[in-house]
Amino acid sequence: MPDVGVMVPLVAIFGGLIWLLVRAIRGREVERRVIFIFIFVAVATPILFPITFQEHATPVVKDLFDRIENLPPGSTILMSFDFDPAMAPEVQPMANALARHSLTREHKIVFMCLWATGQSLLNTTLEYVIKPDFPHLVDGVDFVNVGYKAGNEGVLNVIVSDFKKMFPTDVNGVPLDSIEIFDKVGSCRDFDLILTVGGGRPGPKEWVLFVGDPANVPIGAGVAAVVAPQLYPYYPRQVIGILGGIKGAAEYESELAQTHPRFEDMEKPGLRMMGPQTLAHVVIMAFIVIGNIAFFRGRRGRKTE
Amino acid sequence: MRQLVPLTITFCVGTLLIVSVFIPPLGDLERTFTLWFDIIAVFAFFLGGGNLLRVHINKLWRRKKDWGFSIVTLAGFATMLAAGLFKIGNPGDIATAVDAPGSMFYTIFDSVVVPLGSTMYSLLAFFVASASYRAFRAKNREATLLLLAAFIILLGRTPFGLMLTEWVPDSFSLLQIPNLAIWIMNSPNLAGQRAIMIGIGLGVVSMSLRLILGIERSYLGGDNA
Amino acid sequence: MTFHRGRTSSLASGFSARLIIVIVVIAFLAAPAMWSRADGPDIVLAGSDSALVSLAPVTSLVAADNTYDNGDALRLTWVPSIDDRLIDSKIIGYRVYRLAGTGEPEAIADLPPGSNQYLDETVLRDSVYSYYVSTLSERAEFPSNRTAVISPQREWINLDRGYLFLIALAIAGAVIYYVTVAKRGKKLFVRKIAGLEAIDDAVGRATEMGRPVLFIPGIHDMDDVQTLAALTILGRVSRTIADYESKIFMPVARSLVMTAGREVIKSSYQAAGRPDAYSDDMVNYITDEQFGYVAAVDGIMVREKPATVFLLGAFFAESLILAETGNSVGAIQIAGTARPAQLPFFIAACDFTLIGEELFAASAYLSGEPRQLGSLKGQDVGKVIAMVVIMIGVISLTFAEAWKIEFMQDILDRLSVVFSTN
Repeated sequence: MPDVGVMVPLVAIFGGLIWLLVRAIRGREVERRVIFIFIFVAVATPILFPITFQEHATPVVKDLFDRIENLPPGSTILMSFDFDPAMAPEVQPMANALARHSLTREHKIVFMCLWATGQSLLNTTLEYVIKPDFPHLVDGVDFVNVGYKAGNEGVLNVIVSDFKKMFPTDVNGVPLDSIEIFDKVGSCRDFDLILTVGGGRPGPKEWVLFVGDPANVPIGAGVAAVVAPQLYPYYPRQVIGILGGIKGAAEYESELAQTHPRFEDMEKPGLRMMGPQTLAHVVIMAFIVIGNIAFFRGRRGRKTE
Repeated sequence: MRQLVPLTITFCVGTLLIVSVFIPPLGDLERTFTLWFDIIAVFAFFLGGGNLLRVHINKLWRRKKDWGFSIVTLAGFATMLAAGLFKIGNPGDIATAVDAPGSMFYTIFDSVVVPLGSTMYSLLAFFVASASYRAFRAKNREATLLLLAAFIILLGRTPFGLMLTEWVPDSFSLLQIPNLAIWIMNSPNLAGQRAIMIGIGLGVVSMSLRLILGIERSYLGGDNA
Repeated sequence: MTFHRGRTSSLASGFSARLIIVIVVIAFLAAPAMWSRADGPDIVLAGSDSALVSLAPVTSLVAADNTYDNGDALRLTWVPSIDDRLIDSKIIGYRVYRLAGTGEPEAIADLPPGSNQYLDETVLRDSVYSYYVSTLSERAEFPSNRTAVISPQREWINLDRGYLFLIALAIAGAVIYYVTVAKRGKKLFVRKIAGLEAIDDAVGRATEMGRPVLFIPGIHDMDDVQTLAALTILGRVSRTIADYESKIFMPVARSLVMTAGREVIKSSYQAAGRPDAYSDDMVNYITDEQFGYVAAVDGIMVREKPATVFLLGAFFAESLILAETGNSVGAIQIAGTARPAQLPFFIAACDFTLIGEELFAASAYLSGEPRQLGSLKGQDVGKVIAMVVIMIGVISLTFAEAWKIEFMQDILDRLSVVFSTN
């Protein structure tokens, strides 16, 4: 029996849409504020009364998943948090899923940020994902946080040939020379994979232009949905996989839970947020139909006059 | 003279940077100039911050319209400045990172700036709906194509897209909505994006040449006859 | 054969035989110590191990100067140990040793199994070096032969970028050529750009309604060419505003842009003969923070209700928020950006949109100055080159893939080399 808390808002939404459709047939346009109310209810309902849907990884997501899955354990991955709090709801789930997957496969991760705001969001992943899920891992041995460096593309220009020149120590002041992960890593060329999560500038495109392509290092990208189309020209050669928006995050979480059952019960914010996205998309599509009906009815009315 | 100095600097730096791409001993110049620009921009913070203070103090002093909000601006400015400069609440001494967890700066950032930024970003959900309602009208052939593509992409980004077209046989898998959505993104959309990017690249080259050669100088002021 | 000699001779032959046996045994034992690799060190044992696994060293080790650099790198290549190919390979990695001049060997890098190259970027120009690479097992190292001594060389010209230079020369040359042609008075055709044609009408509308014009130059700093393009348009727009005696507000997100914006507007008002009407308060710095800036600008739009909004420059996620808010207050909006991801939002929400290169062409278009228009024509030569190359690439790829025509594959390979950025 479906939850009453879910049914009432859904009935209200669809009932309201039908009412607006009837008005549209009479040539009446919908006011902007009415649209906002419908979107509010459509987004709030699945958040308050969780609705989740099954997700299957599309090839562009699966390729990245398979690459991390098939890297030999102990491979070194560089992960850059290049986003701010505004983008966090969309890309933080991806960052968490990628970190979980990499550490489950026993890869070593070097965390860094090109955005000043990325540091606190990286701390969020370390505190609320890595420490609880992997309590046996040691900072400085299994993963390293080298923190934020100002300079945007200037930073990339340096680390592509000399990582320690730009990051001589980690955030705790420990010299990278004394960290075992960096025994085999002198520059970005020595990483087995670079993961960049973000979408602004500097972001995945800059990573491809300044590091991935010149140094021939594969790049995996987790980006906001609006940025994903910009990366398709680089897929699959320079960018081996793209997680685009909440859907990309949901697909990756789904794939992770299926492949590694220990994550079956993990928090899946990507999958959870697909509920509001799905319902919002349905409402937007309904409004597009209503808008076109109102437009054609209005045009016919004007022609008649 | 007022324009001659900046134009000369623009010409010299621009030419050097172009040449440095082809002359390895000059290869580090781009990095150096980028760092120099960052340093100059940091000094310019004083100009911007000073302007912000002047405007709001003036508004407050003269009790102009909405002067109450200027109090909020000035209080926020002073609080974050003090928290960052004096490392209030930082674990450790004044040399610790300004955004160290537990510091006042970090707490305010995490509790105020982050939620406010997310709130503004969330406005996009509402504005996408209102913009879609207004923009996706089948007024002509191109608009109709846009409308159809938008529908397919919207459906493809939800599980309903797969549900609706699961019955399509594998030999026609492209007609399944999620695959069709990916095809639209990968083929016509990508072709258009690449064309725009080529045009942008050429536009940047042309604009840069105009700037370097001093043909374009209106950004310096004084050339708007 | 039987040897029968006298007693003395049998004793002498017995002694000789024993001596010979002793000499052979000593030689056999001493041979490894006496045999020295002229080019490489001995096997290094990390600890005594009676069951030492012997691994083959790397072969064909070559040290060469890294091409087209400032003399600060040497490139090593080698063929990995044949033991590396075994499924149960005992190789745990490779260690690169460097000898500077006549100095002692210094370990400079540890590489994983399978490695076959290394770029040493810690060398000094005009110093001499030689290298060897040791194959590593759990307990021992098996060094290769040493390379010949080599010194990193500086190359003054990067010939790898020869094609890039030629393409850049072609496009830049075309721009300069058409600028020269335009200076001589030749009329150049430029198609109409609706957004730019509408500027005068948009400013006129603001004047008639008694409402201000809002100019937003993006959220990036002066190092972004889009911001510079926006400022060049600002010069023309503010001149029109000054002529029409209208008002302009320009909230900015970067301090340097504030300074530049003030200069531009000030000189426009001076050129229009209205220096007294200019005020520094027309351009205000808000904040660097993206959504803080957006919130402030939205507030300005809702309170001041501008009649015309210009959104020109680098925008990101805030593009739709700004455009929709401008639409909600009834403003006519002219937008332009070179960020493809934001163009759809502007096209959906604004009245006119300058797409990509139109933003950069705007200042030339508005000024009508021959030299600037000539640069637009030169830019078109670049487009023709791009179109021709794309057609060649598409045809070659089609024939190469469909009919496996080798000549077409060669063309594709050549195109990849020419247009590679490495």
